Amino acid sequence: MPSQAMLRVSRLTKTYPTAAGPLTVLHEASFEIGPGESIAIVGPSGSGKTTLLGLCAGLDRASGGSVELAGETLDRLDEDGRARVRNASVGFVFQNFQLIPTLTALENVLVPLELRGERGCEPEGRALLERVGLGARFDHYPVQLSGGEQQRVALARAFINTPKILFCDEPTGNLDGDTADAMVELVFGLNRERGTTLVLVTHNFELAGRCQRILRLKGGTVVSDLRTPPAS
Amino acid sequence: MRFILHMAWRDSRASRRRLFLYSLSVVLGIAALVSIGSFSANVSRAIDLESKGLLGADLFVTAPSPLAGPLLDYLAGLGGDISREETFSSMLAIPSLSRVRLVQVHAIRGVFPYYGKLETDPAGGAGLLRAGAPAVLLEPTLLAQYGLRVGDTVKLGKTLFRIAGSLRKVPGESPGVAMMAPRAYMALEELAATGLSGPGALARYRAMVRLPASRDADQVAREMKDRFPEQRLSFETVGERKRNLGQAVSHLDGFLSLVGFVALILGGIGVASSLHAYISGKIATVAVLRCLGASARQSFAVYLVQGLGLGLAGALAGGILGVAVQRALPALFKGMLPIDVDFFLSWPALLRGMGAGIVICLLFSLLPLLSVRRIPPLAALRSAVADRVASGPDPWRLAIGALIAAAVAGFAIWQTGRVAVGLGFASMLGLGFLVLAGLGSAVAWAARRFVPRSLPYVVRQGFGNLHRPNNRTVLLLVSLGLGTFLVLTLFLVRTTLLHEIGGADAQGRPNLIFFDIQDDQIEPLRQEAAAAGTPIGESAPIVTMRITSVRGLTVEKLLKEKDAPIAAWALRREYRSTFRGALSPTEKVVEGAFSGRAGAEAGLAPISVEEGLARDMRLHLGDEVDWDVQGVPVRTRVGSVRAVEWRRLEPNFFVVFPEGVLEGAPKTFLAALHAGSAEQSARVQRAVVDKFPNVTAIDLALVVETLDGIFSKVAFAIQFMALFTVATGLIVLAGAILMGRHQRIRETVLLRTLGATRRQLSLIQLVEYAVLGVQAALVGAALAVAANALLARFVFHVGATSPLGQVAAAVAVVSLLTVATGWAAGRGVVDHPPLEILRQET
Repeated sequence: MPSQAMLRVSRLTKTYPTAAGPLTVLHEASFEIGPGESIAIVGPSGSGKTTLLGLCAGLDRASGGSVELAGETLDRLDEDGRARVRNASVGFVFQNFQLIPTLTALENVLVPLELRGERGCEPEGRALLERVGLGARFDHYPVQLSGGEQQRVALARAFINTPKILFCDEPTGNLDGDTADAMVELVFGLNRERGTTLVLVTHNFELAGRCQRILRLKGGTVVSDLRTPPAS
Repeated sequence: MRFILHMAWRDSRASRRRLFLYSLSVVLGIAALVSIGSFSANVSRAIDLESKGLLGADLFVTAPSPLAGPLLDYLAGLGGDISREETFSSMLAIPSLSRVRLVQVHAIRGVFPYYGKLETDPAGGAGLLRAGAPAVLLEPTLLAQYGLRVGDTVKLGKTLFRIAGSLRKVPGESPGVAMMAPRAYMALEELAATGLSGPGALARYRAMVRLPASRDADQVAREMKDRFPEQRLSFETVGERKRNLGQAVSHLDGFLSLVGFVALILGGIGVASSLHAYISGKIATVAVLRCLGASARQSFAVYLVQGLGLGLAGALAGGILGVAVQRALPALFKGMLPIDVDFFLSWPALLRGMGAGIVICLLFSLLPLLSVRRIPPLAALRSAVADRVASGPDPWRLAIGALIAAAVAGFAIWQTGRVAVGLGFASMLGLGFLVLAGLGSAVAWAARRFVPRSLPYVVRQGFGNLHRPNNRTVLLLVSLGLGTFLVLTLFLVRTTLLHEIGGADAQGRPNLIFFDIQDDQIEPLRQEAAAAGTPIGESAPIVTMRITSVRGLTVEKLLKEKDAPIAAWALRREYRSTFRGALSPTEKVVEGAFSGRAGAEAGLAPISVEEGLARDMRLHLGDEVDWDVQGVPVRTRVGSVRAVEWRRLEPNFFVVFPEGVLEGAPKTFLAALHAGSAEQSARVQRAVVDKFPNVTAIDLALVVETLDGIFSKVAFAIQFMALFTVATGLIVLAGAILMGRHQRIRETVLLRTLGATRRQLSLIQLVEYAVLGVQAALVGAALAVAANALLARFVFHVGATSPLGQVAAAVAVVSLLTVATGWAAGRGVVDHPPLEILRQET
């Protein structure tokens, strides 16, 4: 276990009020992830994977427990404080790409930097798009790109702010086999190059197997946290 | 800030046309405010520029009796110039056509006008009158009506006059005056020969005075009021005329601006509704921005900038359209204004209108935009989260709602200049919106509950669209219903009033009244009328008199009383009273008992007083009222109080004396009859005027025609502005349809995929818009009928007339417009193959 955790989750619980009484979708989850480490969160549908990812990334508030991300305790921050942490330290890749349809590929990539008020950052954006193989697609809108291309734009956007941690929610869920493979290579390649911590939610055990650890959820509870054997 | 502006600009790329369409909702409201405001500024400047020409003199002194003796000496002593005028109604005969027409005769002497010009066509007509020539200047409408030309001959009283020209502009008179009766100007020197002047004539006597530079007109008026209290003079100065005219313009401006403001508010609702749909489509984008580190404030600001841009675009387009409309307004108000109005662009009015537009647009935009603050980043992972969070209570929404209410009330108070009226307007508007919105909800609820399942699928689907999620039922009912309500109310009120006045023909009630009949003329006139086939139905003697004291207190004393318990007009006026033994069909005693004959034993004659007069004079049964009947004192007591139907064209009086009191007094007569046709009416008028030139006739058909003319002018101006509301309603409808287009396309594509034919899809659309249009039109029409009934009962005190044909026509027109707009905005949805649309939409 690393001495300085990038992500520290302690007794994390999420409960939703429903007509039939409180519904606990995540129950006292605890784990730590070190810098540069990669972890896959797996489990059947409804096991609380996406809830856990949202709480770890500061997209939602927990009902109990705490999340410490890149040295910041998220529970102590208000929504704008958490937004600043995300902008400074977090990258996201979503299953449904979540590109902004009205922005070009390059503009989509630059949004995190522009939010900080940075200027003259276009070369970085272009370089990242070239790195993911979209050097000829800078000015294309999402609707003009294929699914695989959209996901690569999303990946470039996720790395533009040199995040300390990358959260991926089923990054290949909407892609065909070959495209998915290419995408996986890119994710792990960039992750290695930049020393980013990777948190991956997936149903795909092959993909999960490429991470250093696999955290298994069932009924909202962490049932196992296993280290995967090193790749041969 | 840079990010916010960049992002707002980029994010709007794909929706700029759509956003501009949303902004169209407020364009017409802003255009209405700009055009009316700028036109008012034009009129105000014209009033300033032509202020002296408004009166043509420094001072008008008007009296109900001839100006003579010390009064004239006083006027002459002022050291200025004096012109004189005698004005009365009379019948103008056109011998070549054997026609007669009631005119307002202005007999003038002197060099009036001193400022401005009496313009005639051909020029020089005024000079002929000054020279005392036997010529008349007539209203152009009169010449056109009878095909008369300059040089033709007409007859006034016993004298033949040559037509010297038509009147184009008379300083001191509004062309509106001519709406009541066309004017005929002649030289005062010629009046005596006509036989129309003299005792008993209902004339107004006026001196038009040009004062030396050292004298102030208002000061002179005050002096004269003190010096000649018994003459019952009235005064008019340039300053007063300017004030009155300015006030009238300001009232008209205020009223029309409020009508325009309704369109603006409606547009605001349209903008709010459109933006609500727009923001619903932006949840994913906002959630991603939040994931990428944008704060709630930044995300909100991105869309606020777009809302502001939308308001600015609407304000610009509205400003341009408003200026274009302003150019058309002088033609619209032609004939209602006493001055020529030159076009100029009033920047303050333009900025005010645009500013009001931006403020309203922004306030209404804030309602949907506030939800942007509450879109959580988690919505990027789970879209359902956004709905859950956004549907919770938000104190800011309440605050914005309160701000909107305050803005509406503030604007109304500013426009009307009176707090109570402004608040009343805002409350009524709020109530109207609530009623329409409530009805909209009820319609949606009823569509869910009561549409039978046995109806064909396309019909059920059409009704279903009224209540399913994201329906626009309430919005459309409010916008279209309000527009229908406003326009139809104006139309129905006009019909009610004209029907009430003109209804006499159908009921055999009197429709022709002769007045100024001398004592010795009544019997021959009765025979003449009977010979023409139209016997006199009712006649009444008229005796002129004035009040000298009430309950023992003299008029002078009562007028000086501090809190003036009795209305001054009631004390000062010259009464034209009658005497008779019984009530007329238009009267009803509401207090006391009517006495038809003064008993020989009673000291005080029992009179009957009209209830309005009794109220204004605080008269009660038994109160003593003393009169000066042309020099003879007569003491009376209030024996009864009557309610009178004044609107009927029959001899009605404020005060009715019993028989046995006034028979010996100098009197004239008034006679009323019913003519079965226009020809019969013309025949009897001609016969009477030929024989008795001093007698004047009022023809009900002419009154109705005159009132219709006035209504047409005023109502057209109001309806013109109200049309902005209807058009705004249609724009809101088009916007609502377009913003629901995305959802509609998906449904349509699904239905097509499942085998629906093009015809079925078109029918579903038709049913939906027809149901919406009919509902909106019916609700608007129902409110208009109710408003007409309330106005008729409580304001005009008449029976309401709401012709089914007109109401049905309005419902049909609004429904058709709705269907046509719906079809136009939704076309294309059913024309494309499913795959093509699916590709576009993904």
